[in-house]
Amino acid sequence: MITMSIASTEVEQNDEGFFVHPEQWTEDMAPELARREGIDPLTDAHWTVLRFMRAEYFDKGTGPTVRVLGKSSGVSVKELYQLFPKGPAKVAARIAGIPKPRGCI
Amino acid sequence: MTRRVVILGGGTGGTLVANRLRRKFDSHDLAITVVDQDDEHVYQPGLLFVPFGLAHSEDIVRPRHRQLHDDIEFVEAAIDRVEIDSNRVHLIGGAVLPYDVLVVATGATLLPEETEGLTGPGWMEKVFTFYSPEGAAALAPALSAFEGGSIVVNVVDMPIKCPVAPLEFCFLADWYFHERGIRDKVELTYVTPLDGAFTKPAASRALAGMLADKNIELVTEFNTGEVDGAGGRLVSYDEREIRFDLAVIVPLHGGAAYVGRSPGLGDDLGFVPTDDRTLQADAAANVFVIGDAANVPASKAGSVTHFEGETVVDNIVRHLAGEPLVGGFDGHANCFIETGFHKALLIDFNYDTEPLPGHYPTALGLPLLKESRLNHLGKLLFQSVYWHGLLPGRDIPGIGAAMPTAGKQPVAVREERA
Repeated sequence: MITMSIASTEVEQNDEGFFVHPEQWTEDMAPELARREGIDPLTDAHWTVLRFMRAEYFDKGTGPTVRVLGKSSGVSVKELYQLFPKGPAKVAARIAGIPKPRGCI
Repeated sequence: MTRRVVILGGGTGGTLVANRLRRKFDSHDLAITVVDQDDEHVYQPGLLFVPFGLAHSEDIVRPRHRQLHDDIEFVEAAIDRVEIDSNRVHLIGGAVLPYDVLVVATGATLLPEETEGLTGPGWMEKVFTFYSPEGAAALAPALSAFEGGSIVVNVVDMPIKCPVAPLEFCFLADWYFHERGIRDKVELTYVTPLDGAFTKPAASRALAGMLADKNIELVTEFNTGEVDGAGGRLVSYDEREIRFDLAVIVPLHGGAAYVGRSPGLGDDLGFVPTDDRTLQADAAANVFVIGDAANVPASKAGSVTHFEGETVVDNIVRHLAGEPLVGGFDGHANCFIETGFHKALLIDFNYDTEPLPGHYPTALGLPLLKESRLNHLGKLLFQSVYWHGLLPGRDIPGIGAAMPTAGKQPVAVREERA
């Protein structure tokens, strides 16, 4: 566990860069988190995905996989990879301040 | 008063729950109906062997209704939808089955058409799957005619049934081309969306080592966006390409189609949200789920279904008696992994414990996480145990529902990477 300062606030992340406490996240942290993933600026389409990720996490206890994002977020899988080229589910989860989606068993 | 259990699906889970319930209740107290869209029960672990000529499709299929005990009704019909609120199942064609308890046991469905190009040019000619009886049968002559070139084995995305099966396919292909004397002319590549060979760290390391030893290339974190059969290319969403002369694809999986037509029953992929300990559906107190249809965080595998059976039946009995449910299921999975050359590996794990080395079920049992001829024999013998022990709902000596720990050696494990 690592304590980070993001948007002048202390938050805890695990060693893969995922938030340990999603409630520590605020919207003004997202641009800085996105820049660390090489994404700048955050567009409306990015925000659609980030808000969907957080809603799913608080509703279901885990963030969605890429496939679920493609089916339910209103953004196609192809577009998701354009928005988050290094892997939509993981990268968007880091920027949205939620734990790593547990997609696969 | 006679109460009615309707079981959707006459595969591994539906059959063993029906037979176990029939033993516990006589037919005056409980009417049991099993619904399936066809009367062909496939021993799915056998599909792996069909492409290599080691089994034939007809050897692994038996009539579903013949696996059910007397006084269990079998209805051959497709399901239109379930109405949770009125406790009724609507069949295609208009028939309606009311129930007191519903068991969802309709497994997972292959969705090859959801991947761009997969069912286009080249499908069943140079692009195959061994996950269906037709696909496995079509692959056999294609492999025997294969004289050299590149073969890719690709899992499109998780979850899939039997996550070890595509690895077993690679190991058997290595053995098969050795036997034919042309292994040096065949490039084998395993392409997975995961960040390692398998989902669990200790087993993933062991299996990655075996792939390397057998000269099978491992490509990880590849999310297949398109299968171009005509051009012989897999293309990932992040625009990487892998060329092939023959592709063996494990398509996307979803729940049965009727789940999506049943308000409140399923999730986005058609699997049924289910309590991972009691196996009661989130949708309603009188709905239980067994096997691949459930969204529980366990492997989609026959062994898991088998071990879930005890909890599902216990909890149906408790529900009918108005008693609280038991959280009996521990996520236990137990898988033989064929590694070729008449050997196999065995892994055994649950929700909390990853596959460990040692012996199963006790220190004198089969070796775990290690290749052996004994495990291969175990895998072959299991087919008989399946038809004669597991489906009839008998307790099988040495294969209990709860994961045994007696023969296991703890290992230092890095943080679990889900």
